[in-house]
Amino acid sequence: MVEFNLPKNSRVVKGQTHKAPDGATNIKKFKVYRYDPDQDKNPQLDTYEVDMDSCGPMVLDALIKIKNEMDPTLTFRRSCREGVCGSCAMNVDGTNTLACTKDLAEIKGDAAIYPLPHMPVIKDLVPDLSTPYAQYTSIQPWVKADTPAPGTERLQSPEDREKLDGLWECVLCFCCSTSCPSYWWNGDRYLGPAILLQAYRWIVDSRDERTGERLDDLEDPFKLYRCHTIMNCTNTCPKSLNPGLAIAETKKLMVERM
Amino acid sequence: MSLRTDLGRVRGLGSAKDGTAHWWSQRVTAVALIPLSLWFIYSAVTLVGIDRAGFKVWLNAPGSILLMSLFVIALFYHMQLGLQVVVEDYVHNERNKIFLLVLNKLVAVFFAVSSIIAIIKVAFGG
Ligand code: SF4
Ligand code: SF4
Ligand code: FES
Repeated sequence: MVEFNLPKNSRVVKGQTHKAPDGATNIKKFKVYRYDPDQDKNPQLDTYEVDMDSCGPMVLDALIKIKNEMDPTLTFRRSCREGVCGSCAMNVDGTNTLACTKDLAEIKGDAAIYPLPHMPVIKDLVPDLSTPYAQYTSIQPWVKADTPAPGTERLQSPEDREKLDGLWECVLCFCCSTSCPSYWWNGDRYLGPAILLQAYRWIVDSRDERTGERLDDLEDPFKLYRCHTIMNCTNTCPKSLNPGLAIAETKKLMVERM
Repeated sequence: MSLRTDLGRVRGLGSAKDGTAHWWSQRVTAVALIPLSLWFIYSAVTLVGIDRAGFKVWLNAPGSILLMSLFVIALFYHMQLGLQVVVEDYVHNERNKIFLLVLNKLVAVFFAVSSIIAIIKVAFGG
């Protein structure tokens, strides 16, 4: 059955408080989930008092400041710091988002920062994404065509190219999949919104010649039909994409060929 | 412990190539149930206080007996489809799951057939 309580060794306990430096007047508290696999301890919630007068505007700026100046053991992923790599996805203030594009000014009161929900945690804010990555590989995200490649590129009309808008922008951050209750309960078999949006991106690509095969592979009570149109995915996507719509379009194609 | 790769695990037994008919039937029965339920509620309200003989006359009208039968068929079919999704979502023990899925189907058929028998008995019985 679905578990509504965390297992005993996953319950979050109170952690340490790291005080702001003397003289700081503009302080914001960050409550950050900490878990260290090398210590036989439950995860804990540490509090960091950050001097906002010397901090950049985004959540990621605050995390980097904490790591540089207060606690070098704090662990998180980041790379581009401009919302294109998808590395810094985490749960901020109760919503999955990219730390580098989340404005601190939008957070009223203390900032609560947790890893993406319902994924195994490697350390602190770093979730284990091996399963979604493998699911991504499983949909074969590349153009599959049997017509021999022309001497130049495979052409696509501007209208057909437009069909990829709202899909190609996905940065595979998995904010959507880890916000989806169906993915929480059945993530081992359900592909989740991120992967289904990607699958649809190749289904509607006019250059692909294996559309039917792609639909065949998706047509499954668990891989696709665990989506119950709860729409958490679309609400949370930090790139303002609509995976819920991509899934609905995929289901429409399934009916069309029935 | 398993040393299977993530990709092998995720591909698992492959696609069942099934699910579209279920999804579509759920939508179709839902749409059918909108007018049928409205008709059923309207009829139930207008029939309040009527005796068995009066009810028999009402049910014997071709429209009533047809809509009544369609209503219970659509209702229990839709119920079965919906509960199947709930079981698949939440029950992860394979044996319990199969048991509940079969039970769900049998109960739905039981209710639907009983209702049809009841309709026939009241309409045509003594
Ligand atoms: S659809 Fe949005 S939330 Fe989901 S992986 Fe892509 S960018 Fe992230
Ligand atoms: S619409 Fe589908 S994929 Fe999106 S949150 Fe709901 S169930 Fe999950
Ligand atoms: S650091 Fe690249 S998306 Fe945030």
